[in-house]
Amino acid sequence: MNDFILDSKTPSGPLHRNWSNHKEDLGALSEEKANKYKIIIIGTGLAGASAAATLAEKGFNVDAFSYHDSPRRAHSIAAQGGINAAKNYKNDGDSTMRLFYDTIKGGDFRSREENVYRLAELSANIIDQCVAQGVPFAREYGGLLDNRSFGGVQVSRTFYARGQTGQQLLLGAYSALSRQLSKGKVCFFPRHDMLDIIVVDGKAKGVVTRNLLNGKIRSHYADAVILATGGYSNVYYLSTNAMASNVTANWRAHRKGALFANPSFTQIHPTCIPVKNSFQSKLTLMSESLRNDGRVWVPKKKNDPREPNDIPENERDYYLERIYPAFGNLVPRDVASRRTKEVCDKGQGVGKTGIAVYLDFKRVIQDKGKQYVQEKYGNLFDMYQKITDEDPHTTPMKIYPAVHYTMGGLWVDYNLMTTIPGLFSIGESNFSDHGANRLGASALMQALADGYFIVPHTITDYLSKETPGSLNKTNQSTLESVAHNTKQEIEKIMNIKGTLVVDEIHKELGKIVWDKIGMSRNSKGLREALEEIPKIKEKFWTKLLIPGSKEDFNQELEKALRLKDFIELAELMALDALERKESCGGHFREEFQTKENEAKRNDLEFMYVAAWQYNKDGKPKLFKEDLEYKNIKLKTRSYK
Amino acid sequence: MNINLKVWRQEKDTKKGAFKTYRLQDIDPNISFLEMLDILNNKLIKQELDPVAFDHDCREGICGSCGFMINGQPHGPKKATTVCQLYMRSFNSENEIVLEPFRASAFKIIKDLSIDRSSFDHIIYAGGFVPVNTGDAEEANSTVVEKANADEAFLSAACIGCGACVAACKNSSAMLFTAAKISHLALLPQGEPDKKERVQKMVATMDEEGFGACTNTGACSAECPKEISQENIARLNREFIKSQL
Repeated sequence: MNDFILDSKTPSGPLHRNWSNHKEDLGALSEEKANKYKIIIIGTGLAGASAAATLAEKGFNVDAFSYHDSPRRAHSIAAQGGINAAKNYKNDGDSTMRLFYDTIKGGDFRSREENVYRLAELSANIIDQCVAQGVPFAREYGGLLDNRSFGGVQVSRTFYARGQTGQQLLLGAYSALSRQLSKGKVCFFPRHDMLDIIVVDGKAKGVVTRNLLNGKIRSHYADAVILATGGYSNVYYLSTNAMASNVTANWRAHRKGALFANPSFTQIHPTCIPVKNSFQSKLTLMSESLRNDGRVWVPKKKNDPREPNDIPENERDYYLERIYPAFGNLVPRDVASRRTKEVCDKGQGVGKTGIAVYLDFKRVIQDKGKQYVQEKYGNLFDMYQKITDEDPHTTPMKIYPAVHYTMGGLWVDYNLMTTIPGLFSIGESNFSDHGANRLGASALMQALADGYFIVPHTITDYLSKETPGSLNKTNQSTLESVAHNTKQEIEKIMNIKGTLVVDEIHKELGKIVWDKIGMSRNSKGLREALEEIPKIKEKFWTKLLIPGSKEDFNQELEKALRLKDFIELAELMALDALERKESCGGHFREEFQTKENEAKRNDLEFMYVAAWQYNKDGKPKLFKEDLEYKNIKLKTRSYK
Repeated sequence: MNINLKVWRQEKDTKKGAFKTYRLQDIDPNISFLEMLDILNNKLIKQELDPVAFDHDCREGICGSCGFMINGQPHGPKKATTVCQLYMRSFNSENEIVLEPFRASAFKIIKDLSIDRSSFDHIIYAGGFVPVNTGDAEEANSTVVEKANADEAFLSAACIGCGACVAACKNSSAMLFTAAKISHLALLPQGEPDKKERVQKMVATMDEEGFGACTNTGACSAECPKEISQENIARLNREFIKSQL
């Protein structure tokens, strides 16, 4: 598997015709024929649930796995702000082309034109689909759908359901999935972790899972496998991701030959509730939508001890409005985060730690009233108050950037297939559409575009060339040997019997990754990370202590298996960040910046997707997919 | 602050459980309740004892994974708050804090505070959806929904499926959970065509799963972390009666 050409299979015709032409060329299967195939889907968040429902509607038999007790608990549920769609309901000049342009520019020219255009094109269908399912989007008094603005764009194209858009969209996908579950077209395996992928004759043919309740390891066979397992922000220990979000399924696929793309492209979200103490287990996001009406500022004076309301207007630095007059508080996430770090590093940070800035709603409350704020952001204000015990109506919020999303992920071609034939990756789990920085309200859009509208077509094409059930009995030994490896690994972890709990080692890893592969990176730090991470790995394998038995509900063992893969991933992240000697989007290399401290891209040398191949005995091998911009002019991103 | 925990420990559903007490000292009042349990568990592991199992994931009050009884109240003492959003500052030093799983015959105990709520999923599978295939949708704005109805549907749809309503109810009824979904879809034109079938199937499944009947005490709504209103139950009853006419 060492040498192959990375073929993105992107169509080369006119951009606006590509997807429809491509779809016409894809193989199809009648419902009767589809019924002979089985597809395994790992993960039942927005991407996984929407794909499972749609594939079952087309006649396929689907086995869906989740480590949750119900599909409704996936972390998509926590997305707050909204979902973008180029509907142009506001008549403000929005279009597919503009959404495409904003997304490519927002991603700092490190994503594929063809994929992004398709995403923009499908965005309108997503809203139609969700409304048909009964998703209760916010509406205007006339009864039509309402929109709001998000960072990095100058049109209003974000559809929302208060600050709970992810919840409502996930419940929509879950309802579609429920309908198929009731028909028996989907079989749901709750509380299962995927621990390996079964590859036979170079093709993905199944998975090995662990039943979290009784520890049973089992092989499952299928004609194709879809990974919809989300992102890997928890490599940082503290992130806005849910506690169990992990990279394990993706990493196991990577070890079996799936290339991992742009692992160092991670998104630090500017508006999160700051870390308060060393016991903190996770971070909470305050939606970007707050930047529509909230103003970000710090005191002009360093280490200013005064309460925020005692600091007069002329002694405040509204730094985003000052540096970026055109976009102001609505600059993209990477830009807002970096500037926030900059003012805090200079000593202008606020709160006890000095690692926070203010997000102030005084003006909007004065201008539009409390009622307006309550309607738009009610649940966010409540959430903030519960956590901090402060009322943002009267005292500005304190916020600081935190890890939120990972643009990197499994490399996929235009069909969302990884480098292992028959293995697909959708939603945040793949690397595809957001380049080096994702725009707000685009994650939900991508997860649903992949799940409802793209993978159902492309996987059908793949399967139309495969004989169904070809693995039933003959390859039983392969299935068993893969499961055997998994059992051995668990045995080994149980037998370490050291003195450290999983969280202790994870926190150490997180600190290295945050300090050295976080908001800004440099060659020295990255080299240090590459030396320190193997020591963490050593610690894991010699000092870890797992209580109880592997045959029981053992939440520590679950965490340990996930941490093991995070450690290996962290090394690849450092390597990828070191290799990319330029700054772009969320990847800010201190050595490569303009005089105004903006990211300095190097299109001549680094306009490619870095796709890494796992190498058991040595350094991962880098494959480059060159990017080409035929429909959009390369330029330096500016939000001034 | 120092706290005395009394925690329900039960290895599995088929085994007998009992309370065990634990004392934690010097707890920072600004840590969350679940972070306090993390501290307890890390201590137990280091003493080679079995940590307390509990469900949790998003830790921001939206996934619905967490939930157990704290001093007899689902999700503890704060109104409209899930366990994961509860902070230690809501308790006094030297308080005894009693933790028990949500108890109902339709929720089997998996271990300690962790329970199986798949009975909720089964109610949704019975009809908590609009029967529309992917790709069959018409242009979104061709469906006009009065803002008041859309807002009310949203409030019903905000249920997180945690099970607090069942745990709070003396009859272990799942009426509020079921009613929230019935209401969400009954308030929207999209839910209109199959609303009779939906309410009948969901109510029947609720009974089959072993949930009790509703006697309108309102405990469910009072304890609901998302403040799902009892009006939903009235609407379910109306929909149910209408479906039989």
